Amino acid sequence: MNDVTRRTALKGAGATLGAAAFAHALAPLTEWTEDLSLDAFLQRHYKELTPSDMKAVLWRLEKDAKREYGRDVTIQDLPPQEGVSFGYALNLSICIGCRKCVEACHQENNHDRRTGNSYIRVLEMEQGSLDMERGNADYDHAVPAPGKYYLPVQCQQCDNAPCVKVCPVQATWKEQDGVVVVDYNWCIGCRYCEAACPYHARRFNWTKPEVPAEEINPDQGYLSNRIRPQGVVEKCTFCLHRTRAGRLPACLEACPTGARVFGNLLDPKSPIRWVLENKRVFVLKEELGTRPRFFYFFDK
Amino acid sequence: MAETSSIPLLSVLVALTLGGCDRDVPRRPQPAPGATRGVETVLVPAKLTSIESGEVDALGQPLRVPCVTCHSLKAPARMPDAPEALQAFHRGLQLRHGTNACTSCHQADAPQSLHLATGEPLPMTEVVTLCSQCHGPQARDFRAGAHGGMTGHWDLSRGDRTRNNCVSCHDPHAPKYAGALPVMPPRPLHPPPESESHAHE
Repeated sequence: MNDVTRRTALKGAGATLGAAAFAHALAPLTEWTEDLSLDAFLQRHYKELTPSDMKAVLWRLEKDAKREYGRDVTIQDLPPQEGVSFGYALNLSICIGCRKCVEACHQENNHDRRTGNSYIRVLEMEQGSLDMERGNADYDHAVPAPGKYYLPVQCQQCDNAPCVKVCPVQATWKEQDGVVVVDYNWCIGCRYCEAACPYHARRFNWTKPEVPAEEINPDQGYLSNRIRPQGVVEKCTFCLHRTRAGRLPACLEACPTGARVFGNLLDPKSPIRWVLENKRVFVLKEELGTRPRFFYFFDK
Repeated sequence: MAETSSIPLLSVLVALTLGGCDRDVPRRPQPAPGATRGVETVLVPAKLTSIESGEVDALGQPLRVPCVTCHSLKAPARMPDAPEALQAFHRGLQLRHGTNACTSCHQADAPQSLHLATGEPLPMTEVVTLCSQCHGPQARDFRAGAHGGMTGHWDLSRGDRTRNNCVSCHDPHAPKYAGALPVMPPRPLHPPPESESHAHE
C-alpha cells in the first residue's frame, strides 16, 4: 500500500506553506543593513518612549550623526509649551520671491545638499490668480517680475490634516501646539501622506541626505531637523527645535522684506493675532476643509 | 517537556506586559510663556551715524566715517534743493522719494540731523518716527509686529527680539525695495542625458 495518505499530503503541503509564509514574514531581516542597528530596529513609537528611552535614543542618534557625518550634534526632544498654539502668516504684498526663506530652511533643517531640498516652495503666480496649481516653482530671473506675485508654500500645519489621516502606521500626528510632526524612525516610507497633502508640502528622502560636516546645523530636534534616514517622509515643523525654545523660525529671520509673521495664536497681544484681527487673511484651498494654521494676506 | 518549554515564553510575555506598564509616563509639556523679561530693540543701522568712505581698514573691512567727523568741525554749506547740487561730499546721491526735497527731512542748517513736520529737530537715530509721519499704515503694521521683519525670540519671556529699522530695508533716498536675483536656483531632477543623439546615428 502507498503510505502517503491524503491527510499526510495535505499536512505536508500545509507545513510547507506555513514555513514559506514564516520565511516571508522574516524576509526584512535578510535585508538587514549595516546602518540599521538592533536598537533602531526595536525602537518603539515616539509616543511610547519613556523619558529614559528617549534619552537613550537621542544618545544613539547623536552617536550615529558623529559616525556617519563627522559632526558633534545635539539632538533634543523639546515638548510643546502649555498655552502655546502656533500660527504663521505671510504678507503677499511684500514678498518679492527672492527664495531667501527657501535657502534658510535648506541650511537650518540639514537638507540634502545635492538636490537642494527645502520645505518651502516659492510659486511665481500671475497677478489676479489664486490657483497655486498654476504657480511656477522653477522661475530663474530677477524678481519681482512685472505682472507676477510670489506665493511661498510650506506645510500649512492643518488642524484637519489629510496627511495624518492616511498614515497607515501613525508615524505622523498633530502635536498640542499645532505642529504636524513625523517620527522618522517609525515612518515606513509609503508616501501616502505625500500624495494626500493638497499643498505638496511633504518631501521624501530618496537617498541618504548628503551634508558636509561643516555645513551641518548641530542644533537639532528629534521631531524636526535631525538628519533624516533614507526612505522616510519629512516636512516643515515650524522649526520646532527653535520655536519650542521661544525662538523665531529660520525662514522668518531670513526674510529680507519682513513678509513673515509668526507667533502664539493664544496670546491676544501677539503679532500673529494682530494680523488675523486686522488684515484680510485667507488660507490656501479653503474649500478642502483642511483648516490650515498658515495664513496669507495682502496689504490692500 | 511541553510544559517546561512554555515557561520561558510565558515569562517573556509577562515581562513584556509589565514592561508595557511603566511606558505610560505622560510627556510633561513645557511651562506656558511667563512674564515678559526680554526686550525688543529696533536696529540702528550704521548708515544712520556713519558713511562709507570707499576705503578698507587693516582687516579688509569697509572703513566707515562717522557723520560727526565732518559735520561737527565744519560749518556745512546750506543744504541744496536737490542732490545734484552737491559738489564736494555725498556726490552721486540719487533721490527718488516722491516729491521730497533734501530739506523735507534734513535740517537745512544741520544736515546730519532730521526734523519732524512741525520743524522740531529729531536725531538721525530716531528716523522711524520721521518715516511714520507720512507712512501711517506701515508704521501701524510695524508697531504691531507685522511689518519689517525681526530676529530673535517670538516669546519675550525667553529672550530678546531685534526689529529691523525702516532704513534697514529701505534706502531713505530711494525707498522702493530693490529686487534681486533669487537664490537657490532650480536644479534638474535628472542630469541631462549624455550625447544620446550619437546612438541614433
